Amino acid sequence: MIIAFTAQGDNWDAPMDPRFGRTRFLLVYDDEADTLGVLDNEAVANEAHGAGPRTASLLLENGADVLITGNGPGGNAGRALAGRVKVFAGAAEGTAREALARFRAGELKEFAI
Amino acid sequence: MRIAVASGKGGTGKTTVSTCLAALLAPEHPVALVDLDVEEPNTQLFMDGELLHREVVHKHVPMWRADQCAHCGQCQQVCNFGAVLSLPDEVMVFAELCHGCYACSELCPHGALPMEPQPMGVLRHAVDGELALIESRLEVGQEQAVPLIKHTLDYVDARVPAETITILDAPPGTSCPVIAATRHADLVVLVTEPTPFGLHDLSLAVETMRLLGREMLVVVNRHGLGDDAVEEYCRREGLLVAARIPHSREVAHHYAQGHLPLAVPEFREALGALAEVLAGRSS
Amino acid sequence: MKEIVVISGKGGTGKTSVTASLALLAGRDAVVADCDVDAADLHLLLAPDPDVEHPFAGGTLAVVDTQACSGCGACEQACRFEAIVVENGVAVVDDVDCEGCGYCARVCPEDAIVDERQTVGYWQNTSCRTGGAMVHARLGIGADNSGKLVAKVKAVAREEARARNTALVLVDGAPGVGCPVVSSLSGADLVLLVTEPSVAGLHDLQRVYQLVASFKLPAACILNKADLHEGLRDQVLEFLTAEGIPLLAELPYTTAVPAALAAGKTMLEWDISLAARLRAAWQGVAEQLQQSGRTP
Repeated sequence: MIIAFTAQGDNWDAPMDPRFGRTRFLLVYDDEADTLGVLDNEAVANEAHGAGPRTASLLLENGADVLITGNGPGGNAGRALAGRVKVFAGAAEGTAREALARFRAGELKEFAI
Repeated sequence: MRIAVASGKGGTGKTTVSTCLAALLAPEHPVALVDLDVEEPNTQLFMDGELLHREVVHKHVPMWRADQCAHCGQCQQVCNFGAVLSLPDEVMVFAELCHGCYACSELCPHGALPMEPQPMGVLRHAVDGELALIESRLEVGQEQAVPLIKHTLDYVDARVPAETITILDAPPGTSCPVIAATRHADLVVLVTEPTPFGLHDLSLAVETMRLLGREMLVVVNRHGLGDDAVEEYCRREGLLVAARIPHSREVAHHYAQGHLPLAVPEFREALGALAEVLAGRSS
Repeated sequence: MKEIVVISGKGGTGKTSVTASLALLAGRDAVVADCDVDAADLHLLLAPDPDVEHPFAGGTLAVVDTQACSGCGACEQACRFEAIVVENGVAVVDDVDCEGCGYCARVCPEDAIVDERQTVGYWQNTSCRTGGAMVHARLGIGADNSGKLVAKVKAVAREEARARNTALVLVDGAPGVGCPVVSSLSGADLVLLVTEPSVAGLHDLQRVYQLVASFKLPAACILNKADLHEGLRDQVLEFLTAEGIPLLAELPYTTAVPAALAAGKTMLEWDISLAARLRAAWQGVAEQLQQSGRTP
């Protein structure tokens, strides 16, 4: 399974980013290969228009099955993700590593898009 | 002649001034009052007439044809607004972000994104004798005012005879909807109030009109209520204060009711003088 | 962290004046965000400390390299906005009409057009006289897409609230129903509607409430200039009841408000009876936030 995280830095100890569209980084974790990929979203974060859809596109291009984030995607991004990615929100606090642990422990609620 | 009534700040009395000017001028001149505050059009709350024409105004947005699509991703590439997403199995269009530039549609090698009309608002044209009342109303949920404002001005160009005194009730502020509404006006009447908010926003409005090279007059509404700073500013900037409408609870009460406060003598006098000036200029 | 967004639909109902008073009541417990970026006024009451102005890049504008341009007119053909025309053999862009779509740049056979990012405004993040942080911005004259600058102001305010561990973000929202308001409302936990008892005020309130309801946001109301017109006041109250919008306070129509403003003070500081009503309203806001308990 490919699990993506919205993060403020480029590694497991980075704090989570509560935003989706303007998240600074997307961390992409392949839990079978146990590898972590880093997507720099700076260009989109600074983009004034349509950040949500653009970040959604980036996420989908990288084959994400699950997204773990803070506030949840806005309407436009949500439309792009619905039916393609399962979103778990409420993980704004702590690091990406901690967010993964909470996800695995079943502590995060699925976000209805 | 086209006279735009604008203000930096909302709530200074723009619509009160535009409707009352129309009412004062209409008995003796052909007048058109055009409500370009398409997000919150208010003029028809105060003046109405017999419906002459009503049209749904459309904007054009790309609609995806799955059977033509080769999933090349060109459409997403050429959209500067993030309004088109080329996903592995679908091309998604975000209509509220679309500016109608047609780039994705015309540059698609397979003709998979024809532009189709989508309703964005309604234009209404009513008449009360010699007075034409034209209003455009943006559908709630549509986010862009400018295309509707432009369409309304094109309608006015086509349908309103040149000798008409056309009063354009502009949206508040100084950003693109105001620019669209005022940029070709022959004269801009800026309505302000003698308070710090009024002054601050007036200075922004003046800067905007200077950028557009528009001639301006200032109307100070609720005169007597705040301080002198607006008058000082106008003096310093060489701006003509063409009318001072005295603050009056009675006027506010009429307005609240949805009535033109022309029954209040000081109000009528102040605006009447301005109306005469405008009538003189347009002949 | 909860976000309260104050809007009105119609300008001039007292939205910014009320927001300033509530900001003082919140003090350090709120980061204030002035999202009324097109003619922003809140700073006139809250006196934020001066700060470095951060430029905000909005859309783009087409810029023609006149040396490279062959005057072929492909750009003029492509442009839907009549913003680029060939004059005397060279393409000329009208900066006001140009929407920044980049189509002309893409079709130019000589690569003579560049799509150049523009600075459309500036934002600042400082402390203000409430004791808390204030994020505010100004939009450049005639600028496009104030909705994006609004989004930036909110994003900075939220980050600031996180960094300072502040419980609230209090947003002075944009008027109207277009993209700046939509941007102001995004992510709100409570929408505070400031309105007045007039036909125009009620009309605009009903329109903006359609937007609020479509986003399924909890709302509450403060009725300003409440004694201006009894009949209209009744109509506003009817509307609020019908939609289940709690009325948190009624403020009278009084010259105390512009007098306070002229002195650079909020209603809260100027007039005791207004202050009492504003405190009651703030108490009401706290109760509404508890009740709605929207989880992020």
